[in-house]
Amino acid sequence: MSTTTKEIQVGDIGARAAAHSENERMALNVGPSHPTTHGVLRLMMELDGDVITKCDPVLGYLHRGDEKIAENMTYNQFVPYTDRLDYLAPLANNVAYALTVEKLAGVKVPPRCEAIRVLVCEMARISSHLLGMGVFGMDAGAWTPFMYTFTEREKLYTLFEELTGARFTTSYTRIGGVARDIPEGWLPCVEKFCDQLPKAIDEVEKLLTRNRIFLDRTEGIGAISKEQAIAYGITGPNLRASGVDLDLRKDKPYSGYDQYEFDVPIGTKGDCYDRYLVRIEEVRQSILIIKQVIANFPGGLWYAEDAKKIFAPPKEKIMSSMEELIQNFMIVTEGPQVPPGEMYFEAENPKGALGFYLVSRGGGVPYRLKIRAPSFCNLSILEDLVPGHMLSDITVILGSLDFVMGECDR
Amino acid sequence: MISSEVGYNSKVEGEVIVTKADAVINWIRKHSVWPMPMGLACCAIELMASAASRYDISRFGMEVMRFSPRQSDCMIVAGTVTYKMAEVVRRIYDQMGDPKWVVAMGACASTGGMYRSYAVMQGVDTIVPVDVYVSGCPPRPEALLDAMMKLQDKIGREPAVKNLTQTAKSPDLVG
Amino acid sequence: MIDNDFVSSLLKRFSFLSLRHQLDCLTLACPPNEVVDFAKHLRDEETFDLLVDLTAIDHGETADTRFSVVLHLYSLIHRSYLRIHVDCPDNDSPEVPSLNGVFPAANWHERETYDMFGIQFSGHPDLRRILMWDEYPYFPLRKEFPLAGIDVPLPAADVAEVTGAEVDPAPMMGGPFVSPGTGRMSESEPRAKDESWTEETIKQS
Repeated sequence: MSTTTKEIQVGDIGARAAAHSENERMALNVGPSHPTTHGVLRLMMELDGDVITKCDPVLGYLHRGDEKIAENMTYNQFVPYTDRLDYLAPLANNVAYALTVEKLAGVKVPPRCEAIRVLVCEMARISSHLLGMGVFGMDAGAWTPFMYTFTEREKLYTLFEELTGARFTTSYTRIGGVARDIPEGWLPCVEKFCDQLPKAIDEVEKLLTRNRIFLDRTEGIGAISKEQAIAYGITGPNLRASGVDLDLRKDKPYSGYDQYEFDVPIGTKGDCYDRYLVRIEEVRQSILIIKQVIANFPGGLWYAEDAKKIFAPPKEKIMSSMEELIQNFMIVTEGPQVPPGEMYFEAENPKGALGFYLVSRGGGVPYRLKIRAPSFCNLSILEDLVPGHMLSDITVILGSLDFVMGECDR
Repeated sequence: MISSEVGYNSKVEGEVIVTKADAVINWIRKHSVWPMPMGLACCAIELMASAASRYDISRFGMEVMRFSPRQSDCMIVAGTVTYKMAEVVRRIYDQMGDPKWVVAMGACASTGGMYRSYAVMQGVDTIVPVDVYVSGCPPRPEALLDAMMKLQDKIGREPAVKNLTQTAKSPDLVG
Repeated sequence: MIDNDFVSSLLKRFSFLSLRHQLDCLTLACPPNEVVDFAKHLRDEETFDLLVDLTAIDHGETADTRFSVVLHLYSLIHRSYLRIHVDCPDNDSPEVPSLNGVFPAANWHERETYDMFGIQFSGHPDLRRILMWDEYPYFPLRKEFPLAGIDVPLPAADVAEVTGAEVDPAPMMGGPFVSPGTGRMSESEPRAKDESWTEETIKQS
């Protein structure tokens, strides 16, 4: 029988296939409703096979008009809206806002109030990082760390509820102090929580930190260099993971942070794995800070007593004395009277530096309040960072940046 | 005997249950509602907390949080619906297969909540028909579980067989 | 260090700058045509390389210069902020040069400022809305725009057709009770911000 031979150059077929698909890019729309995006973020991407060539994030799906609302409310009426900015650490937002207004009004709060604020800020930081890392594990495919971190968060929620009355969305601070003093027996509960937390973090670390699959998925992915991070205005753990030593608690201490000793973890490569390690270490440092606060907890009042036109006096005095009654009436109806001027203040929130730019023309209502949201600035790097990565790296990059759309869109 | 209950007397009927089709269909549906979490804002965190181990929504058969609308029964709108997002919510509702229910979780989804502004839709019921409203900002996980139980009662009272033979109630955007 | 020597040397070198009243950090006023070069100098020579925030203020329809763009810079070496006010020359179509070339972080901030105030940034690569939908006709943070919003059609026409929904002004009765703060006691009591109906308008029967 005769056989026929045909020579096929494999290179030709390969070249033809490449030429055929060279100009064919696929447009892929991720979100806004998608489990791996932390809220409603839409990514309009262009893919070449599996590699992303262009990425255009679309925001605004949760834009609620907070800044316009602020121009129509008194300073204390706006506090619940600050809760819902970064809704994973509401107490930290409350504190940042109260500090801004107090700085403009020239109000100095007593040491006990400062200690309470530091305490709740650090607890909020633990809560936010726990959720961030649990969901990061879930994005990379691991379900169990999510359950473990949520169990710890439930214990934190119980503590918040004893203190403020709400599990989260606490609205705890007021201009000139906090809403109420800490209840009796609360500090030992916090200490007990801090004593058992390192074990839980160790469990999460055991599952993730040296996990081969986790390392493969996160090491070298989404690397942000120092210059890139500064150029794009990134702050917080994302910036520190890229090697820049900027922590507002150390560089521009507020609310008594300079009394406490803690370390600031700095990363080296700025990839997703570094960001994860920085956050886990920050939780451990927060536990240290909380222990120091409880050990040196000052006595005294939890509000600024001399802030006559700003902080409402205690109820017993209102009900019995004329001057305090009038004071309370004026503060409730016309709002805390803040002198004209402008003020910018940033606090080190778990997501980054949350800043409030306040312009006041006198009176109880701000003229302009700009909320400088860390997640908004952190996300602006996506257009530059994502092209060149594979499609399945998207979830890991988004999870490691740990942003929250409530604060990004305001 | 209550008409929607499954009545069974083993001595009389042996191993055969005689009941109404409605009762069986509703019983099956209400104990395996698969929610589609439309987690938009802070309420989504309480939704996740109710799915976590302390408030365990899995007791009700609802831990299967399918993010694909084609595979889910109930859309839990958790969070503020803005006008920009309204189109997306409606499209996802239309992609869900019948029978489907909607739970408006939280103040923002029910009526717009405390956000009376130019960008927030004052209640998701302007674009989708809502079965259960849950108040709270955010509602506690227990409140959400109570709402899901009320939804189960509501499903139990539906005329299932009549609905099967009817066409869909509202026009679809997706074919 | 940001001390008087630093400030005076900066003012001497750049004569177009002027010092503004400040409580917390150095605040300067800069004319729009010089702001890009000044920002470049600050970034390269004076180590203010982190653009923290870029926003705008609407001073009201009756003000001489209605819009001013405010930027905040941070220096890791000096550990302090610097605020720059840039007044927009034209009240009706405000325009300022874009800082995107100097600070890539300004890209999204300028898009948001355009979205909320309508300030054009010349030289911006992609100036479109970022928080509201693209076809939204108004600029929400301007002082004459009401908080409740203005009637516009819903961005998705097919959803509006099926459901009959539209972008309605939000109901303000029972809304935030705020006092205007001025006038006699009877006028300055807190009132709801109901902007659709006031006691001066005639009720429809």
